[in-house]
Amino acid sequence: MRGGSGDPPRKVAMASSDPILVMRSIDKRFPGVHALDGVDFEARPGEVHALMGQNGAGKSTLIKVLTGACRRNGGAITFEGRDFHASSPADAQAKGISTIYQEVNLVPTLSVGENLFLGRLPRRWFGVDWRAMNRRAREVLAAFGLHLDVERTLSTYPTAIQQMVSIARAIDTDARLLIMDEPTSSLDKHETEVLFGMMARLKAKGIGIIFVTHFLEQVFRVSDRITVLRNGRLVGTFDTRSLSRLDLVSHMLGRRPEEAEPSRAARAAAPGETPRAPLLSVRGLARTSAIEPFDLEIAPGEVLGLAGLLGSGRTEAARLLFGADKADGGRMDVRGRRVRLHAPRQAIALGLGFCPEDRKTEGLFPEMSVRSNIALVAQRSLSRLGLLSRRTHTRIADEFVRKLGIVTADLDVPVKTLSGGNQQKVILARWLARRPALLMLDEPTRGIDVGAKVEIERLVESLAQEGVAVLFISAELEEVVRRSRRILVLRDRKFVGELEGREVNVETVMNTIAGAE
Amino acid sequence: MSGDKPKPAPSSRPACWARALADAFRRHPTLWPFTAMVVLLAWNVLFTPNFMNFEVHEGRLFGSVVSILQKGAPVMLLAIGMTLVIGLGGIDISVGSVMAMAGTVTALLIAGQGLPAPVAVLAGLGVALLAGAWNGALVTFVGLQPIIATLVLLMGGRGIAQALTGDQNVPFTSPAMEYLSTRPLLYLPIPIFIVLGAAVVVLLALHKTVLGLYIEAIGGNAKAARLAGLPVHGVRLLVYAFCGLCAGLAGVINTADIQRADVANCGLYLELDAILAVVIGGTSFAGGRPYLVGAIFGAIIMRMLTTMLLMHNVPTEKTLIVKAVVAIAVCLIQTPAFAGFMGRLRLGRARQA
Repeated sequence: MRGGSGDPPRKVAMASSDPILVMRSIDKRFPGVHALDGVDFEARPGEVHALMGQNGAGKSTLIKVLTGACRRNGGAITFEGRDFHASSPADAQAKGISTIYQEVNLVPTLSVGENLFLGRLPRRWFGVDWRAMNRRAREVLAAFGLHLDVERTLSTYPTAIQQMVSIARAIDTDARLLIMDEPTSSLDKHETEVLFGMMARLKAKGIGIIFVTHFLEQVFRVSDRITVLRNGRLVGTFDTRSLSRLDLVSHMLGRRPEEAEPSRAARAAAPGETPRAPLLSVRGLARTSAIEPFDLEIAPGEVLGLAGLLGSGRTEAARLLFGADKADGGRMDVRGRRVRLHAPRQAIALGLGFCPEDRKTEGLFPEMSVRSNIALVAQRSLSRLGLLSRRTHTRIADEFVRKLGIVTADLDVPVKTLSGGNQQKVILARWLARRPALLMLDEPTRGIDVGAKVEIERLVESLAQEGVAVLFISAELEEVVRRSRRILVLRDRKFVGELEGREVNVETVMNTIAGAE
Repeated sequence: MSGDKPKPAPSSRPACWARALADAFRRHPTLWPFTAMVVLLAWNVLFTPNFMNFEVHEGRLFGSVVSILQKGAPVMLLAIGMTLVIGLGGIDISVGSVMAMAGTVTALLIAGQGLPAPVAVLAGLGVALLAGAWNGALVTFVGLQPIIATLVLLMGGRGIAQALTGDQNVPFTSPAMEYLSTRPLLYLPIPIFIVLGAAVVVLLALHKTVLGLYIEAIGGNAKAARLAGLPVHGVRLLVYAFCGLCAGLAGVINTADIQRADVANCGLYLELDAILAVVIGGTSFAGGRPYLVGAIFGAIIMRMLTTMLLMHNVPTEKTLIVKAVVAIAVCLIQTPAFAGFMGRLRLGRARQA
């Protein structure tokens, strides 16, 4: 059942019912990316089919191809036994495939009833038959066990209810297949339960559900089958009951635990080493609906890894440490002194640096020159009277362009013209020029070529030797394991384990992520 | 970028020229409004009688071109402030009313309190600066949408001015204010030098100071700017306050020109001219690099159109239509869609050849 390297395994048990949706050899190319490479997928009526994968695995592209949000380059789709082609998500909806998004796509300022019947309001004479509409709205919702005031404005209800209204609308417009894209990520525990109750009702009605989520617990609770994608390819479709969590995690990460090599960092760990005073320590730091309270300590010259799947709270934790989001509980000490961060500016003054995960929207100033992008942070302490010293900027930028081997025509070109790896190095250079005491790297190697990856890993090592503390966040466990002396593991927005010494290996990390043992 | 790709050997000299020209326009977007201004000027030189007449009276140069620059000075000042605000991804629709406030305060202090003109002018500018800071505070700290935040003063600012004067014009006599409006400096009206001074100061600030770097960075990517520890709030507040100050200067110039505070008409609708000037100048409404010189060209284009249509005896109501047409034309040729269209046109021609 486990995905071998040669041919992808198919599902084992065939259920009695025929599939309602069959996608065969779906192919999709974007410029420079093979987003979907011959992916097969199917969904049966009355089944919750989870679609899993890391970032860039191709989940959303597959959904987009299905709903007509983007065109496929190859492959065939049949829905209810007939060729299926949707020109747009609205068209797909008209043909029986509806998508429920994380952000509810209804009109928040209209009433519940109006939202249910928007675009198909019951008419009477020259107007709308409001009474009939509200009566039918109540009936539709009652069928799902929802008893709402249908004349109330939708936005006055919590997100979970809004989502259910949106599901009710989909079913009432005759949807036979529902795609739920991260429906639970903005719901609390109770709301999630209510949503799962509704999913059970839908299953009983024979409606097929494609469930996209990052939450492992939820997948095992509600899904019947799981399809895993990785790097645009199908890893396999599995029966949930016969799949272990560890297997799922290893399928998603593309790594089998047995292959795990002992970590270099763990081997290097000298036994009699004197522990250094922590640079930063955190007790019970938390932010509601982002990350549960956590403790963390990091010393100068230490590389601390944060491991966990996408959406497990890695980024959220780092943002709290950097003051990018405000913590609503706990305390944080830097060099033994308590700090309360309201903005990244304070963290930077304390010697912290942060390379964000999404470098395009949170790191780069695309139109500005390579020079300005690199010198922006460091020049603050160097510029006199607020005057811009082109020479100082050039010196800073030049030094790090050479040190990091950034490939650029000159310092004046807009940074957006550089390749992904070089853009990432520009952001690294920006922080290195500031000479940070603690550098937090959130997925520093995502979307860059292998050569640049190796260089960035090497850089992390040399930084640690210079006494810089590094918080290393990556979905690629090998990377984390190779570079970290100690690893904190996150699952479902919680810190669930701390691994040290011999435990720092891919297998243990995977086990901890999966919550096995 | 397509321009950086190695091109097949140019077939002929003209094609080579066209490519170089297209490249220059892409790298220096200010060439668009500059070209539009030159074309408009050329058209006037050719077809508007007496357009290029110049006379010297009492040490002062007169003529349409001078009057365009003088009458256009308030809009140019507004455009200077507005460019920075729009460059940060905001907008300030209150500048016309802030003009009226500044002018009214100045006039009241001269006429009612008998204060010396420089003191009154400083007070007027102070009020404008405060008004701008108020706008900035609403946007930055309260988090209002810029258009809503500045709508408050668009209505309230003129309202305050009207309340202060009892909705009456406030005439005054002040030699200093008269001097500002009629005396020449190097043959030219003083407001032209005020605009020049403001433009030079802002250009220096943009290109030679850290503040300028921050303005560009925050306009380009506010999220990244915050994560890089830039003083996003402070810069935003400062830029709105400066925009208010520019409006104040424009208000004082306008008031000096007519020797009274005209609360009902001072700066009325000028925010629209200023915004159009900025758009013509090439600054993106999504924020990003501010094109200051382009915005000044834009303001000159707007004023030149007004003057030109007056000289051709076109009725005022039609002036607005012509202005709108020119503005949309200049904006359209700057869009990527137009560039694509031209590209296809050229390709088509090449295929035919």
